[in-house]
Amino acid sequence: MGTMSVGRLILYIAGMAIATYLIRMIPLAAMKKKITNRFLRSFLYYIPYAVLSAMVFPAILYATSSVLSAAVGCAAAVICSLAGLQLLPVALISCVAVYVTELISGLL
Amino acid sequence: MSKEPAERAGKEYAGGLKDGVAIGLGYLSVSFAFGVAAAREGVPLWAAVAISMTNLTSAGQLAGLSVIAACGPFVELILTQLVINLRYALMSLSLSQKLDPSVSDAQRLLIAFGNTDEIFAVSSGRDRPVTASYFAGLLTLPWICWTLGTLLGAAANRVLPASILEALGIAIYGMLIAVVLPVAKRDRAVAMVVIAAVILSCAFAWMPGLNSVSAGFAVIICGVAASVLGAVLRPVED
Repeated sequence: MGTMSVGRLILYIAGMAIATYLIRMIPLAAMKKKITNRFLRSFLYYIPYAVLSAMVFPAILYATSSVLSAAVGCAAAVICSLAGLQLLPVALISCVAVYVTELISGLL
Repeated sequence: MSKEPAERAGKEYAGGLKDGVAIGLGYLSVSFAFGVAAAREGVPLWAAVAISMTNLTSAGQLAGLSVIAACGPFVELILTQLVINLRYALMSLSLSQKLDPSVSDAQRLLIAFGNTDEIFAVSSGRDRPVTASYFAGLLTLPWICWTLGTLLGAAANRVLPASILEALGIAIYGMLIAVVLPVAKRDRAVAMVVIAAVILSCAFAWMPGLNSVSAGFAVIICGVAASVLGAVLRPVED
């Protein structure tokens, strides 16, 4: 990075923060009524799951140093989630699964 | 528009705090990874911490980092944020329907700041409307942990072995899986939407032509298409 001035850095950070905030704020401030349209309500009910799923897969496969270890970590997270474990144990177990897989594949 | 009674507000805040523990601990590891990445890119520690305190978004910050590190144009930085974070507009719209009538306009402005993927997911999954005090409680630990993790990661960059840092990269995804799958297991319609979103997302990642669409746009297109499918085939009951 080297030569960047503090002023420019602050400008970058402020720009990022304001852009991110406005995206979150405008719909929340503008939509004060309950939506009665059944299609829209259904759409908004499904949105979180659809968006989060699209964010996770297949990006998760490239989140570690190899697709193999990421796939193992992903499988661990899926199995633990379906078994009813909470957020944190699922996240930790998938990290451990990745670590162990990379350890083993490094030895082979 | 009645105000929340103080006693109930205290209980709501405590409930939110408790629900935020898991998110906070998850954020600790993810923001740690962000701090490490920032230090590697040569971003000063104070700047990495300031980014986390003011943005509170993993994907957006990571993308912003690469533009900042390259001293890229300001317009590119803003556009990147708009595209990657546009999903929050959908989430805020969805959250607006879940807010308690007691939430004031000023409180909405503050709630908007903390509407992250995971906080939104937990708020959506709540069996009651979301009050301002519940949301404040829910946001407290994740925000502190997000900031603290960044600080630790930026500081510890040279201490931890790469193998552990690599393994931490999957933490945020593991958490999101733990948010989505239990609901998909309970509700077949959600499961269908999840599968549709994943198939579309794979197409955007791997199919020639489609894979030239930026990741931020791809997420929005997949999310909207899969939700429309769900709303058409399995509209929710009243």
